Amino acid sequence: MTAAVTVFALLLTALPAFRLSAQVLDRSKPPTLQPPPALKLPAVQAATLPNGLTLTVVEMHKVPVVDVQILVDAGAARDPSALPGLATFTATMLQQGAGVRGALDVADEAAFLGAQLTTAASFDGASASIHAPKRRLEGALDLLADVVLRPSFADSEVARQRQLRAAQLVQQRDEPVTVANVAFPAIVYGRGHPYGHPVNGTDSATARLARDGVAEFYRTYYRPNGARVLIVGDVTLAEARRLVAARFGGWERGDVPAFPSAPAPPGAPRTVYLIDKPGAAQSVIRIGHVGPVRTTPDWFALDVLNTIVGGAFTSRLNQNLRETHGYTYGAFSQFAPRRLTGAFVALASVVTAKTDSSLIEFLRELRRIRDEPVAAPELAKAKAYLTLGLPGDFETTGGAAARFRELVTFGLPLDYYDHYVERINAVTAADVQRVARQYIDPDHFDIVVVGDKSQIEAGIKALNEGPVVYRDLWGQEIK
Amino acid sequence: MPRIATATAVLLGLLCARPPVHLSAQSLRVPYETFTLPNGLQVIVHEDHALPVVAMNTWYHVGSSDEQPGRTGFAHLFEHIMFMGSAHVPTGEFDRLLEAAGGDNNGSTTEDRTNYYEDGPASALPLMLYLDSDRMGFLLPEITAEKVDLQRGVVQNERRQSYENRPYGLADENILQRLYPPSHPYHWPVIGSMQDLQAATLEDVRHFFQAYYTPNNATIAIAGDITPRDARRLVERYFGDVPRGPAVTRQPPPPVPLTRVVNGVVEDRVQLPRVYDAWHTVKAFAADDATLDVLANVLAGGRSSRLYRRLVYELQIATDVVAFQDGSRIDGKFEIYATARPGHDLGELQRVIDRELQRLADGGPTAREVERAQNSFEAQFLSRMERVGGFGGKADQLNFYNYFVGTPDYFQKDLDRYRKVTPAAVQRAVQTYLPPGGRVVLSVVPQGKPELAVKEGTTP
Repeated sequence: MTAAVTVFALLLTALPAFRLSAQVLDRSKPPTLQPPPALKLPAVQAATLPNGLTLTVVEMHKVPVVDVQILVDAGAARDPSALPGLATFTATMLQQGAGVRGALDVADEAAFLGAQLTTAASFDGASASIHAPKRRLEGALDLLADVVLRPSFADSEVARQRQLRAAQLVQQRDEPVTVANVAFPAIVYGRGHPYGHPVNGTDSATARLARDGVAEFYRTYYRPNGARVLIVGDVTLAEARRLVAARFGGWERGDVPAFPSAPAPPGAPRTVYLIDKPGAAQSVIRIGHVGPVRTTPDWFALDVLNTIVGGAFTSRLNQNLRETHGYTYGAFSQFAPRRLTGAFVALASVVTAKTDSSLIEFLRELRRIRDEPVAAPELAKAKAYLTLGLPGDFETTGGAAARFRELVTFGLPLDYYDHYVERINAVTAADVQRVARQYIDPDHFDIVVVGDKSQIEAGIKALNEGPVVYRDLWGQEIK
Repeated sequence: MPRIATATAVLLGLLCARPPVHLSAQSLRVPYETFTLPNGLQVIVHEDHALPVVAMNTWYHVGSSDEQPGRTGFAHLFEHIMFMGSAHVPTGEFDRLLEAAGGDNNGSTTEDRTNYYEDGPASALPLMLYLDSDRMGFLLPEITAEKVDLQRGVVQNERRQSYENRPYGLADENILQRLYPPSHPYHWPVIGSMQDLQAATLEDVRHFFQAYYTPNNATIAIAGDITPRDARRLVERYFGDVPRGPAVTRQPPPPVPLTRVVNGVVEDRVQLPRVYDAWHTVKAFAADDATLDVLANVLAGGRSSRLYRRLVYELQIATDVVAFQDGSRIDGKFEIYATARPGHDLGELQRVIDRELQRLADGGPTAREVERAQNSFEAQFLSRMERVGGFGGKADQLNFYNYFVGTPDYFQKDLDRYRKVTPAAVQRAVQTYLPPGGRVVLSVVPQGKPELAVKEGTTP
């Protein structure tokens, strides 16, 4: 197949240009395209250091830059129930002084190296990463090793970051999209579930953040046996192994507690949760419920399903709410990849006056995808979009790192993308309808709307799509 | 067609050398071929065979600065209309055909230009050219009042989502209004006003298309897994029959210096007040443009910068601080903004900012501060070489340099501008361009709390 394509391309090149140009161009139909080029993804290699640290290397030599990510099993799902936000705070604290450097010196050194240093945590993991020019790689790795292995956690810096975070939490309440993104998981997972608290904590928990808690969280979870190193860019495996072993070879193993487990919260009958934002020009909508774990074999069918529903510009939700009705600048959906229970969410920011009309269209589309099989052209378009668009995701070191990081985080095989196209192409219309019925359940939707209650409440109630209850900016019951 | 055959022969002579793909940090090169069709369309082609992908990037040399008062936001509204179908491509098919071929697309509008890209597998290039040429050559017959209305609604929602419903989202237009007089084309924001968007007519669409959406007012950059010869053959095939339009002429407005402090207060749905300082500086690629970028980095580029250290780290009176030089085609502006922590007012922040500016004006930055900024810029330049497509990918940058400096492969020269900046130049730039007595000082405060604003007369 590949050979045939190449030969044909050569023939085309050899034709004198004027012969083709001289033909009258027939614009009545789009050009017939040559078969797409064969998928060519960068090779992925793996190695393990004696202390259990595993190394994944993807060589990309086009541009002399390197992306290094230390992925640690220290995500916010491990936050103590009394201290939500500890995992993200610990990740922030890694940069506030490490080795012999003070907090500002860490930032200064990163900037001097032309390196972007990032430390962060999500529910499923924490990471410390650095993106740097190849010729500064050694210095960048020295800095990264300090940050990961020798953070100072000075009291003064903990106090400083605690104050800053408290102010940021105040700021966050003004941002309706952030409010929706905090409230939705709080409502879907509920208190007590490892994903049910705000990832950046609460006001009261922030006030309790202290050095000891941070140091203990770090000691417990920042261990090589719970960590992975992912390096993407202008390095070889041998070089990467040498550089990493020299800096991370002495990282001490520890007993990392197992990742918390929790049953999927039971779904409640469809309910609208209204969060008041007086004067808001738009209503921010999140509709969904719990979803499958990332490792489900149904993920390929779900990828296709989501592309049809809300994963691309021409997906049904965007075509309907934006291109047909003009209610929004964009409407989309996602199956959030998670180690434990995932989530399905459909989302948009819509003009206040069309909040009820938008909900009608959301529900119409989310019911229709279950009720009617997908037509062949729509299915083919979604599959082509996913498979033919895949190479573009691997173009930059950062993009490729994000793709491989997903595999590492969820324990998927490193050759996942070698079979991706084949698996996507095997998805049938019946598969799509089956997973739609299994994983999109309108009878149990949590519908979160952040908007001007005085303008939208009556319209939403008149929809009769379930009880309307009020929640605060954290998605919690109003006392 | 002799004209094409002749041009092809010329081109064939240029095609011998395959460009080296591997870059060294010391030399950024993006080799290209360029040619211009008889209708005036300039095409730039860059080969990068690392992946079987291709990027098609079109710049129309028109932006919000070409709009008339009363019709602000129109250039951007028109960008949306460009996706609504053309004579041979029914509404919705532009996106559907492209996605079905594995491609993605987008467009964006600034004061100075409007760009569009399609990225996808190399095999999809003929489709990209077909779609783009059809809307360049055959858009008008398909435009109806309904389509304009629909995208008007979408754009108004874009304005709500990105400006009105976003904290501090209306600061920008308030700064522009005070920095530029109503007659200046940078007086209004690219997104435009709600009233003006409402006023746009079908006749406006027609006129705008005929005046600006012509091959002679556009350039195309194609980058990726393609040879210049194939690219040329395809471009000629699809764009050859698009007729040339009238020449676009512009009268650059005279400079508008600001010799006093213009204060402004905006009440917003926010809890923490934020202060913005804005000055007129220099346009893109003018002598001190890069110096001002370095200055912005010294002031607020990351946590080791002067203003972050002082405002956020030491005094802990702000949650964040940002500074940037924004050089455009007609003028440039420099902005600093900082958000107060609870319990602090904007006067406090402004005094610290002014003290730090004075310190820099008096003593200049250290050599290390300048070198740190230069290293950061160099790293950003390198990382931008990774991608052929999207906004800011190589195709987009070739068009950018071509439009702003007339040389598509200006990457290394651009980086050299930053390498030449000295501490003395940065010091001179603060003294010259950031005078305390000639700027806009805009306070965005919580509703009902104007007392948190910078007091008039308290800045020098």
